[in-house]
Amino acid sequence: MTNLYLTALKSLAVKETNRYLRIWVQTLVPPVITTSLYFVIFGKMIGGRIGNMGGFSYMAFIVPGLIMMSVITSSYANVSSSFFSQKFQKNIEELLVAPVPTHIIIWGFVIGGLGRSILVGALVTMISLFFVPLHVYSWLMVIVTFLMTAILFSLAGLINGIFAQSYDDVSIVPTFVLQPLTYLGGVFYAISMLPPFWQAVSKINPIVYMISGFRYGFLGVADVSIAVSITILVLFIVVLYTICWYLIDKGTGLRS
Amino acid sequence: MTAALEIKGLKKVYSSGVEALRGIDLTVDEGDFYALLGPNGAGKSTTIGIVTSLINKTAGHVQVFGHDLDTDLVRAKQQIGLVPQEFNFNPFETVQQIVVNQAGYYGVPRKEALIRSEKYLKQSDLWEKRNVRARMLSGGMKRRLMIARALMHEPRLLILDEPTAGVDIELRREMWDFLSALNASGTTIILTTHYLEEAEMLCRNIGIIQSGELIENTSMKALLAKLQFETFIFDLAEGTQSPEIEGYQSHLEDAQTLVVEVERHQGVNALFEQLSAQGIKVLSMRNQSNRLEALFLKITTENQSGAK
Repeated sequence: MTNLYLTALKSLAVKETNRYLRIWVQTLVPPVITTSLYFVIFGKMIGGRIGNMGGFSYMAFIVPGLIMMSVITSSYANVSSSFFSQKFQKNIEELLVAPVPTHIIIWGFVIGGLGRSILVGALVTMISLFFVPLHVYSWLMVIVTFLMTAILFSLAGLINGIFAQSYDDVSIVPTFVLQPLTYLGGVFYAISMLPPFWQAVSKINPIVYMISGFRYGFLGVADVSIAVSITILVLFIVVLYTICWYLIDKGTGLRS
Repeated sequence: MTAALEIKGLKKVYSSGVEALRGIDLTVDEGDFYALLGPNGAGKSTTIGIVTSLINKTAGHVQVFGHDLDTDLVRAKQQIGLVPQEFNFNPFETVQQIVVNQAGYYGVPRKEALIRSEKYLKQSDLWEKRNVRARMLSGGMKRRLMIARALMHEPRLLILDEPTAGVDIELRREMWDFLSALNASGTTIILTTHYLEEAEMLCRNIGIIQSGELIENTSMKALLAKLQFETFIFDLAEGTQSPEIEGYQSHLEDAQTLVVEVERHQGVNALFEQLSAQGIKVLSMRNQSNRLEALFLKITTENQSGAK
């Protein structure tokens, strides 16, 4: 039985990987262009006038946040749009009629989101090298926060895909929830720069903990404690995974 | 012998309140070629949806080759191949990607799946199209692709929901030959179709669903025996006078086409005698091919009147 499940997982992962590679102009190029513009405009043009931030150049400061921003967007968008379009085209039925357990379905889609995030993250990191040398304080922290954030937002995207009834439903959350939370999550500034009240408000935003943890991996400085960042990530992953499992197993939006 | 499919007390009430199935009991033997017929909205697709795990049942039990859907779902699913009514593959994937992926979901390793893809795509006459994106295929090719996909894990029970809808006559005949050969090799087949001629030609046993109930479940032979009359069509020579036939229900469809209903006990000898006596020249004769259609309409209409 284990072999059956592993083969099924591999098939779904390959299918998901092929999907985002097939449409690479839509999936890989836009985040590279967008973050390149951020590097040029905020990092080079404006950043030059801002000066140092936490002992690092402004460009070096925003690099981890921008990588994380592209990881969040890519993982979420990959899974939500892939799952929804499979529902829309009805080829999700290929999975539902087959002996593929819910856990395998979840991980298959998560691997797709993870793979696209890794590629996008690597591309954005390469672009950043044109502007600032790579400085890594802790590879472990970089890798752990990167992978956990990509998994978390893949799961969130999956929930969106499960509930979505139209393509509009797939774009609403990234536009009206994710993007504002990411911008306000400390990509372009340190939370400690804010007045105490807004610092407290910011700490309700889970993305703050992800960017802070990731930035710590690069620069060794963080807005919040690393233990808190990791705990928040683990907590969210467990909760979102449980929701995904429950929804798919029950057949929400999939079986009448 | 274990039944290929055993359904007991199957009920389905949709969230809208529609009662699609009202307690269906059905057994399909291993090796059978079974037709599931019924008017639109009768509950055929709901039954198939439940058996293939696409629809949640409200009550009842389903076993596939002895594996219960509630307690042994994985093994039950492994036995079934489904050819759905609507195209449900990813149109942007290639033909081979679609069948190989599907095999993977059933645990067939990629190497083996590639070998099988050659076998089934060749059988479906799609091997030359293996690297073509599915959306570029013609309607008939898409149907064949869905059959090839359903066969990749070599299921013991193949369920086809309207497999020849929209397929031209030539291709339909080819598919009939293909399905007959598949059934002869041991695969149990359940078929829903609107082409009753198709069911008559292919299937040994038949079930008729109406308003969520199985109103008929018998052999094709026994069902057709219920047909008390047969309709014959005579092509008459040009200039032939209008015949007057006694003892038979008949009418002229046009000047050269005579339609006569012959009851089982009557035979056709007396009919020919009358035609000869009137000097009517018959060029050819055939029986109406849609016998099952007439019977189907009779059964469903009677059942509907009974329900009222």
